[in-house]
Amino acid sequence: MSVEGIQSRVWLAQRLSAMVLAVAVTVHLGGMILAVQGGLTAAEIIQRVGGNGVAASFYGIFVLAAAVHAPIGLRTVLLEMTALNPRVADGVAGVFAVAVLVLGLRAVLGFYQLGAV
Amino acid sequence: MEDMLAVSIWRGGEDGEFVSYDVPRLENQTVLDVVTYVQRKLDPGLSYRFACRVGMCGSCAMTVNGRARWTCRTHVSRVADDGRLEIAPLRNLPVVKDLSVDMVDFFDKWAKAGGAFSPTKSRADDFAAIPPGDAKRRQANAGIECIGCAVCYTSCDVVTWKPGYLGPAALNRAWTLVNDTRDGLGRARLRLVAGDDGCLGCHSQQGCQEHCPKSLSPTAAIAGLKRAVVVAVLKGKL
Amino acid sequence: MAGQIKVTHRNHATWWAFALHRLSGVALALFLPVHFLVLGLAIQGEAALDGALIWTEQPLVKLAEAGLIVLLAAHLTGGVRLLALEFLPWRDWQKTLAALAGGVSLAVGLLFLVNAF
Ligand code: SF4
Ligand code: SF4
Ligand code: FES
Repeated sequence: MSVEGIQSRVWLAQRLSAMVLAVAVTVHLGGMILAVQGGLTAAEIIQRVGGNGVAASFYGIFVLAAAVHAPIGLRTVLLEMTALNPRVADGVAGVFAVAVLVLGLRAVLGFYQLGAV
Repeated sequence: MEDMLAVSIWRGGEDGEFVSYDVPRLENQTVLDVVTYVQRKLDPGLSYRFACRVGMCGSCAMTVNGRARWTCRTHVSRVADDGRLEIAPLRNLPVVKDLSVDMVDFFDKWAKAGGAFSPTKSRADDFAAIPPGDAKRRQANAGIECIGCAVCYTSCDVVTWKPGYLGPAALNRAWTLVNDTRDGLGRARLRLVAGDDGCLGCHSQQGCQEHCPKSLSPTAAIAGLKRAVVVAVLKGKL
Repeated sequence: MAGQIKVTHRNHATWWAFALHRLSGVALALFLPVHFLVLGLAIQGEAALDGALIWTEQPLVKLAEAGLIVLLAAHLTGGVRLLALEFLPWRDWQKTLAALAGGVSLAVGLLFLVNAF
């Protein structure tokens, strides 16, 4: 595939993940604003998300979209505002994507398993 | 109105400096008139460009009090209320000398973006009939009044950050041709302006549209190109 | 002695919208892995979670959280603005959109603060 073809797909991936994130972030923000009302307790959180498959899949998709969206943006910033070699910027973005994905999914799994034991 | 203007003009190349001149203030005086006065009466060595003096050729753009402007159509009264003028060459282009910049990059990028019309018919054919109300025709119309002054190019951060970026004027030109139903370059034209150095590099800062003396909106043209690229990608044609 | 040319091509609404989008984007990207890491540590069990929650009850932490939420809301509304600008037919309401984006993100942050205290 041509260079423009690859770049155009990466760009589109960032926009599509942005659309997913727009919905996910709105839900997340609304949820947080409601949740902090009158303080949070561990028991409350466990009761709400522990073993909750819907919450886990929602946040799974959220993490996935973030792991696509953020590294692409970071790469653009690195290319425009630092003297980094493009290859290095690609590498940094790749490592960052993996880190976000792994840490994010680990947290989602952790919440899902809360209260199970 | 003051009797005199305190004018500082950039002299030299990239590492030049400002030199001060006193220029009589007149009614109905343009910034280009001021520069011309300095060159004719005070310092014949001053280099600058102009041709038409009526806002058609696009050769007289300079940085005036920090903003890129077409100097022949910029009245002193609009930009120097305190009687001070600072006139410098355009940024984002190499300074040749004084107020003249090297426009080679700017025009080379027009060529790179496929700025030339690619006809599908010859002079033997009949006229192409395009109704003025046609949707594509109206898209093209919005961008064809560009005079190639590089004011937009100078006002864009992406051009500063990415030397390869084609820039607002070249992409605006490409969009008028994408909408020209007589043009035969088709997908190949789109490929020239896709990618990070093409329309996808634009961050919609709209410095171009904010400063374009012809009130064009290269940002709108670039957004049009982005949509065309997305359609092509989704169809697997890029 | 070389002179310095001052330029002011940046002082307009849509440039500031860009600057805010970039700043909030980078800040959120850097925050993301840390967020996941802390969450992952906090959910080792009910006791750990309660400990973490008590920590977040401090006013300073609350304020920082509100700041993050404003950044998130700003990046969200600014992003929706960009998506509209890139994917919908062009209109000349760009500045209105930028202002609207700013207003909404500020309102969301305030809502969180009011709720949290
Ligand atoms: S809208 Fe795009 S082309 Fe125009 S100044 Fe901004 S980044 Fe440059
Ligand atoms: S788009 Fe406007 S600012 Fe840019 S070169 Fe054309 S006329 Fe000049
Ligand atoms: S001299 Fe031709 S546009 Fe100013």
